[in-house]
Amino acid sequence: MLRFIKHNLTNIDGVEFYPLLSLLIFVIFFAVVITMVIRMSKAEVTELSDIPFEKDAAGEYKQ
Amino acid sequence: MEVQKFSYDNKIVRNFAWATIIWGIIGMLVGLIIALQLAFPEFFNDYLGFSFLSFGRLRPLHTNAVIFAFVGNGIFMGVYYSLQRLLKARMWSDKLSNINFWGWQFIILCAVATLPFGITSGKEYAELEWWIDILITLLWVVFGFNMFATILTRRVKHLYVAIWFYIATFVTVAILHIFNSFELPVSFLKSYSWYAGVQDALVQWWYGHNAVAFFLTTPYLGLMYYFVPKAAQRPVYSYRLSIIHFWALIFIYIWAGPHHLLYTSLPDWAQSLGVVFSVMLIAPSWGGMLNGLLTMRGAWDRVRDDVMLKFMVVALTAYGMATFEGPLLSLKNVNMLSHFTDWTIAHVHVGGLGWNGMMTFGMLYWLFPKLFRVELYSKKLANQHFWIATLGILLYAVPMYIAGFMQGLMWQDFKPDGTLVNSDFLKTVDALHPYYILRSIGGLLFILGAVMMFYNLIKTAKAGNFLANEEAEATVTKNLDVKIKEGKEYWHRSIERRPIRFMIVSIVVVAIGGLVEIIPTMIVKSNVPTISSVKPYTPLELHGRDMYVREGCYNCHSQMVRPLRFETARYGEYSKSGEFVYDHPFQWGSKRTGPDLAREGGLRSNYWHYQHMIRPKDVSQGSIMPAYIWMDDENSLDLSLMEAKISAMQTLGVPYEKGYEKKAKGDAEKQALAIATNIVDEMYNSLPPKMQKTYNKKAEVEKMKTKEIVAIIAYLQRIGTDIKAIKKTEKK
Repeated sequence: MLRFIKHNLTNIDGVEFYPLLSLLIFVIFFAVVITMVIRMSKAEVTELSDIPFEKDAAGEYKQ
Repeated sequence: MEVQKFSYDNKIVRNFAWATIIWGIIGMLVGLIIALQLAFPEFFNDYLGFSFLSFGRLRPLHTNAVIFAFVGNGIFMGVYYSLQRLLKARMWSDKLSNINFWGWQFIILCAVATLPFGITSGKEYAELEWWIDILITLLWVVFGFNMFATILTRRVKHLYVAIWFYIATFVTVAILHIFNSFELPVSFLKSYSWYAGVQDALVQWWYGHNAVAFFLTTPYLGLMYYFVPKAAQRPVYSYRLSIIHFWALIFIYIWAGPHHLLYTSLPDWAQSLGVVFSVMLIAPSWGGMLNGLLTMRGAWDRVRDDVMLKFMVVALTAYGMATFEGPLLSLKNVNMLSHFTDWTIAHVHVGGLGWNGMMTFGMLYWLFPKLFRVELYSKKLANQHFWIATLGILLYAVPMYIAGFMQGLMWQDFKPDGTLVNSDFLKTVDALHPYYILRSIGGLLFILGAVMMFYNLIKTAKAGNFLANEEAEATVTKNLDVKIKEGKEYWHRSIERRPIRFMIVSIVVVAIGGLVEIIPTMIVKSNVPTISSVKPYTPLELHGRDMYVREGCYNCHSQMVRPLRFETARYGEYSKSGEFVYDHPFQWGSKRTGPDLAREGGLRSNYWHYQHMIRPKDVSQGSIMPAYIWMDDENSLDLSLMEAKISAMQTLGVPYEKGYEKKAKGDAEKQALAIATNIVDEMYNSLPPKMQKTYNKKAEVEKMKTKEIVAIIAYLQRIGTDIKAIKKTEKK
């Protein structure tokens, strides 16, 4: 991959760092989202996924 | 704690619903007409050979109508319904809602009034002229403002996942539309793209691909996350997955645009980026599809009885198929075969008819009984619609897949001696004829289904009692203050109740991909190696090029020879990025219903082109090209804008010498006279001696030079010829 990009951007010092940085941003972003999602509590998930619904007094979904 | 009473605005939802149905049927009908034109070209040439009905002009009308009129109104319908309910608030301003509705319909009417008459900017899926682009921008801001104002005055604390998709749609479509629509107006009805050649191509496909992503996909995913759980009467399968789905999709989608330009003159690194991200896209897309389908868990028995669920299941399945196929098509070895063929047409119709179409029908069947407080007029008819539409999709897609494979393989076929088996392009067109007929039948069935739905919903509306303002109430707690933390919470919980911050994070995520791809191509010179023999077009050629754009030739002819043996053997030297530096807009095209034209210049005589344009079948046996008889009208060559056009080109950086704009018209007339004389000479020579005696050459030349056909011939004879004069001057 790098050889395609390198010749276009050779005048930037330390250009090799940029793809590494991109990869890091990418991996870290998803690692954070996934960790956060896994650590969400069950109650929280239920509360959020129930937003589209109206419930009656007995807690059943109303159409 | 306080209970507040308010009402939902159903009128706006109903208006958008009717608009969706009506424009949907019209857009599909235009599609059927152009499908029939390919299947029965003689009939259309003989009986309906009007300029405004020609394929190249109607195809943009079809794509614009189904994308922006059918799906566009469908988005507004679904968003205006679900947003109010998810936020427990009426739309912030009824007035803005109405401006959104009537403004959008006005824009669609403008499209109908311009595209068939050749008023186009010539960039696929963004053909509308500059002033309509400005109207679209204003309207989109009205929609976004109303949406955000509603979000900010909501009665619930958290934003449901559907709303994230709506927000991402709003910001990204705004960015895409604005950046792709940079045009320099020449007159009210004509403009030139700000970008040229490779850059124009990259921006256009960055836009084109993401219009699919953020107009046809993300808003509909948002609607899916609302309407599928509502119809199945159970919450979404995994809310956790929906969070990952959202971020992964908007993060990755924006990078994938260059996969539309594989093997073209686009720099390699940009092509590779496009491929890598397209392959990654499969993960979030299938995550979303499974999330939708699994929401049906425990409710599959209801799919048998509930027609709305049937439509949704087919929609999700089509989404899954199209998003599996997309990454597949972006692999270079698959793309080599599929690109420029009907395979692409099959792919987009699985998405368009299957995903958008079926999802829209499902929403409409669900909404009407609610809006009109009555049972659906006929469930049986709705079921019939479901089956006829599903069959229509199959009958459309399967023949197009076969046609695509077949033509792609025929183009690549070599004899043992190294020459092409099908060196005559028309052989590969002939072979497609039966599939073009079958495809038209598939399309016809799909439209029939839509008409049945129209009838069913009119009957439902008539039997019911429309509820314009639906009463609702919500308990507002102190907790609504977004600054109050709910004990221990994570960062995402906090941004998802702060819409503005959410929007900014979305913009950043989306912008990264766009900037990384576009900035280097714009500023790094080595991306477009200059070729010294490539010169600006002569004024007449430029005028001819504008006619090429006007007639929508790019809908059927590419101008891009890929560096592949079977392409160079057929068309000649492969295209270089430096050849397109003066092309505003680029005209690489994306489909070869006819052959590539990148090396057309100088191949044939002017007289051949003259005959071919007005009677294609006489010159090319079996041609399905429309006859462009209107170009043969006397006094049709209108050079009044010549000075303005050259000035505009100078502004865009095309190196015409200073003051040339004043001389341009004269030069154009001179070139027109030369071409006219040449055509008339050849015409004279082809006549039998008896007729030659009565032939008044001088008068014929006088007539010929006023016909606009000479301009398009001038352009056709120029395409791709500069490189032939090359003396190895290409800079490394």
